[in-house]
Amino acid sequence: MLQLKNICYDVDADRPSKARRILADVSLEFPDGSVTVITGHNGSGKSTLIKLLMGIDKPTSGSIIFNGEDITGASVTERALKGFTIAFQQPVRFKGITVRDLLNAACRKKCSTGEACKFLYTVGLCAKDYIDRPVDGTLSGGELKRIELATALAKGGEVFLLDEPEAGIDLWSFDELVGVFDKLRDKTVIIVSHQSKILQAADRIVVLNSAAQPVVGARDDILPGLTDAAAPYCRRGNADAE
Amino acid sequence: MEKLDLELLEKIAELHSVPEGSFNIRKNGERLDGNSTEEIRIVQKTDKSGIDIIVAPGVKNRSVHIPVILTVGDFKDTAYNDFFIGEDADVVIVAGCGIHNPGKGKAEHDGIHTFHLAKNSKVKYVERHYGEGVQGSKRVFDPVTNIFLDSGAVLEMDTTQLGGVTFTDRMTEAVVGDGAKLLVKEKLLTDGDEKAISRFRVTLKGKDSTCDIVSRSVARGTSRQEFYSDVIGENGCFGHVECDGIILDGARILSTPQIDAAHPDASLVHEAAVGKIAGDQLIKLMSLGLSEKEAEDTVIKGFLH
Repeated sequence: MLQLKNICYDVDADRPSKARRILADVSLEFPDGSVTVITGHNGSGKSTLIKLLMGIDKPTSGSIIFNGEDITGASVTERALKGFTIAFQQPVRFKGITVRDLLNAACRKKCSTGEACKFLYTVGLCAKDYIDRPVDGTLSGGELKRIELATALAKGGEVFLLDEPEAGIDLWSFDELVGVFDKLRDKTVIIVSHQSKILQAADRIVVLNSAAQPVVGARDDILPGLTDAAAPYCRRGNADAE
Repeated sequence: MEKLDLELLEKIAELHSVPEGSFNIRKNGERLDGNSTEEIRIVQKTDKSGIDIIVAPGVKNRSVHIPVILTVGDFKDTAYNDFFIGEDADVVIVAGCGIHNPGKGKAEHDGIHTFHLAKNSKVKYVERHYGEGVQGSKRVFDPVTNIFLDSGAVLEMDTTQLGGVTFTDRMTEAVVGDGAKLLVKEKLLTDGDEKAISRFRVTLKGKDSTCDIVSRSVARGTSRQEFYSDVIGENGCFGHVECDGIILDGARILSTPQIDAAHPDASLVHEAAVGKIAGDQLIKLMSLGLSEKEAEDTVIKGFLH
């Protein structure tokens, strides 16, 4: 079980005159073996939440509890080793590091070509075309996103944090992508997304609403409200950073 | 050969034993071993120290190793090596020098190389420099490489400075003929208080001549690197120079690329970027379970790959 307790996150917290509250007293629970999709308007703090969970940013106050242990102060590496795995919204480009190098780093060993191919194949890439390519600007945005997901799968873990995994992936491949989430159903999967197909694949939906408590519920309870034209969870003014 | 000789040869030329075909191994200023074949003749110079490497026209899929090792201190070794590559030949030349300086003094190797590539010949030239020895000893390389590419010739030059070289000042000059290509990949790693200077001067003389110079460097500790390039386009040509540097700790990299389009159809590009490792690269690798130090090493290893 992963829990967030009374999490507040301020940007520019060290400069009171400029400080802005992105997350205000947010408490959430993510049960084991569940797929939760976090959605919400731009600036509602979705990506911030993912970064706090991975330890990339630290909350201004509040705590993060994983299987009963307070991990609020744990570093990115420590969380990775505890089983936290992230696929970034904007995958990082390197110079000279190949897809194989990344997969090796993710597996913490030399992946055999067969194993590496399995991960790439799962995300819809023909392994032999990609395995020795550098992870740099020669790859398209969609290719980088798929490689990002393949790396997350290669790393494995207990908690998967997937920030807009569908961004840059063509519509025709959505079912394939949802198939990847299905493979992780015995883990704790937290996905940031706005896409209805991905929302439909969720067990639970969290709607973040800046400066207010998030709305949390089972997919079938939340989804109808989200798709109504009345847009009940609208943006409230001051927060425009995620 | 002694154990130390073999260790150095493995580092610089990946040689585990005496190579096949033509080769020349030089140790402390003297020829240690060698072989000359009809296809690739190796002739010792008589007027100065060094060799002529003569590749017969049309020779293909052959390689020649000419490594140099230095295992003494207070010693300066200068070798004049001239390469004559016949028309349509296609060969690999593996050079390089390893210095083990056991004393406090300076051990220096200066390879003065001149390449003459005849029409449509092709050479891949691989050069590695490596230094080791007691604390405070100096390991110095000041190589000079002169290149003349006749029409249609291609020289691919991969140079690597692996580490332990306390000072280097490299000079590479090339004149590129019609349709000829010069492709350079330079990799430099400095640490401690080492200093490395690399200078290029390329004249794109021929029509449709090209050069592509990519320098990747990593400077750690308080080391300092300087990169100077000067590409002159004297004809319809294409030239590209890229200098990418990573600085760590208190290191410093200076990059001065210069391009001179001296012809209306010359197209010349230079790019230079120096900075520390991008934070998002480290975080990505740390999110895979690597420590910050392991992440840093992985980025550098890839960068200098």
